[in-house]
Amino acid sequence: MDFSIKNMKLNNLILPVALALIAAFATTGCKHGPNGQLTTVPGQRLPAPSATPADFNTKPIVAENTPPIVANTNPPVVSQFNGNPIPTSAGWDPADMNQDREKLAAYTVHFKFDSAIVQDHEQANVANVGQALSANPAAKLLVEGHCDERGTEEYNRSLGERRALALREALAKIGIDPMRIRTISYGKDQPVDPGHDESAWAKNRRGQFVYCTPKAPVQ
Amino acid sequence: MENISQPAQRAPHFRRWAKLFIALLPAVLAVNFIRASEELNIVKQATFGEKPIPIAVEGFSGEALGVLNFDLTIQGFKLVPEASAPQYVVKGTSEGSVAGSLTDAIAKQTLFSRTYSGAGLRRQAHALADDIVTQIRNTKPIGGTKIAYKSQAPSGNGEVYVADFDGNDALAVTSDSTIVAKPAWVPGHLALYYTSYARSNPDIFYHSLSSGQRRVIASYSGLNTGAAVSPDGSKVAMILSKSGSPNVWVCNADGSSLKRVTTGIEDSSPCWSPDGRWICYAAKANGRRVLAKVSAAGGEMERVSTSGAPNPTEPDWSPDGKWIAFTSQSGGYFNICVAAADGTVSPVIITAGQNPSWAPNSRTLIFNRGPAGRQNLAAVDVFTAQARDCRRTGGSNSEPAWAH
Repeated sequence: MDFSIKNMKLNNLILPVALALIAAFATTGCKHGPNGQLTTVPGQRLPAPSATPADFNTKPIVAENTPPIVANTNPPVVSQFNGNPIPTSAGWDPADMNQDREKLAAYTVHFKFDSAIVQDHEQANVANVGQALSANPAAKLLVEGHCDERGTEEYNRSLGERRALALREALAKIGIDPMRIRTISYGKDQPVDPGHDESAWAKNRRGQFVYCTPKAPVQ
Repeated sequence: MENISQPAQRAPHFRRWAKLFIALLPAVLAVNFIRASEELNIVKQATFGEKPIPIAVEGFSGEALGVLNFDLTIQGFKLVPEASAPQYVVKGTSEGSVAGSLTDAIAKQTLFSRTYSGAGLRRQAHALADDIVTQIRNTKPIGGTKIAYKSQAPSGNGEVYVADFDGNDALAVTSDSTIVAKPAWVPGHLALYYTSYARSNPDIFYHSLSSGQRRVIASYSGLNTGAAVSPDGSKVAMILSKSGSPNVWVCNADGSSLKRVTTGIEDSSPCWSPDGRWICYAAKANGRRVLAKVSAAGGEMERVSTSGAPNPTEPDWSPDGKWIAFTSQSGGYFNICVAAADGTVSPVIITAGQNPSWAPNSRTLIFNRGPAGRQNLAAVDVFTAQARDCRRTGGSNSEPAWAH
């Protein structure tokens, strides 16, 4: 079941339903502790995109719907990201897996000019990708980093990698094992829009998610 | 993955081919020359904004005249009519074979008179141009040198090419139909390193052009790109992201003894100082693009002054050690800039373009320019800013590297 909330309009329309679903299924999240460090919230794996504490307070019933046993059967979330770069994952090769480019296409993240910072309004896309990975422990992720044409070739190849790595770090921050995630930079070699204006550039500065699953064993 | 052979075992074979190839002309031309004067010109220190040296070139036609014009223009000469009474006059012919004599009208001397044979008119004309430039400027000849570059289709896929420095005799050295990037020569050898996505990841390949064999020397997870070979050929600097950010790493020519030498958030385009002690690269400091250098053995990053030239990337250190050429970006516009490597001369904009690579003469750069998706290689004389387009290989041509 897809219980993700893709935008605020949807949220407004079906908030009660969504909140109930979130509480029932989204067993997720990290909180910032008093010292600013990430701390573990037992029983939660991914943050629900719009489930703020205020929402829970207005709908106390959701707490009752969460079976306490979940906390015991799921390992506590340990954030994989402490602010330092995470060494890349070498244990698997995307070329050896089925690559589904469509499944996560709706969650493509866009960046500001010359920036590899994941903007706040893109966190929902990151969360949705995280949920897809949590739903299938065998799945892995290839993150593609792309740039607009306003940069030199090799500079953009590094910037695209930095963008892909920033998304990997954002996923690690919400509890996804970064070793499940590989990155690839295409620099400015693979624009989605071949135009030469701000509208094209904005589309081309992006991180795309390729959902990878093991190939069926050969009979 | 196979390991690359040790360069030491390969060297005699390489050296023989490299000599034939890079120093082709002295080996194959039967040169009949009379040296009228052994007197050496006093060579002035090259400076920006120089006026080109006027020279009359009479008696040549077609391809040979085109070669002479190209070679002289991109080395700071300007072809003028003999009637304008320039100091230097070249008279000769390209009928059958190239012959030419260079006279100095002020000294009233014939500086040389030579006939060239073998290897075709084009190579003969390059050899005459070399003799003219060497006689007057005493710089290192470039007439027989090669370049490597990428040519890219609209799909983003491309191949690595090798050609004469003016773009003639282009030859694809890959046929992978994939994204390629940043070819780099092994100094003095017929061999390249380049980035290829042929294995579904940007990996760094070593490719011997004499044997046709190639090896992957860096295929770590994440980014592997921007290979640059040390002047003695023993080390390779490159960009890897295996530690979690794109940084400069150095390894042996075969990929062994890998060592990280920078730790910034986002580095690109390493190049070597000609003494092999420094690696200059594009870095980010406080969110801004800067040029920096670091000891090849690792150590503290030092800023390279590029004041007044925004967003510097793609540095290349001149063979004489004096200059660092780089690309400066302002909005969507790119300029080739040159700064003194020791910071004593502020950056000077030479011409519009990207991806500069020095010729062995330390005064000519090859670079790419033109509209996005249809870049053309061009050569520019840094000190007179005279530029000429090279012959295009189909597609968008970029990231040229001049063989040394």
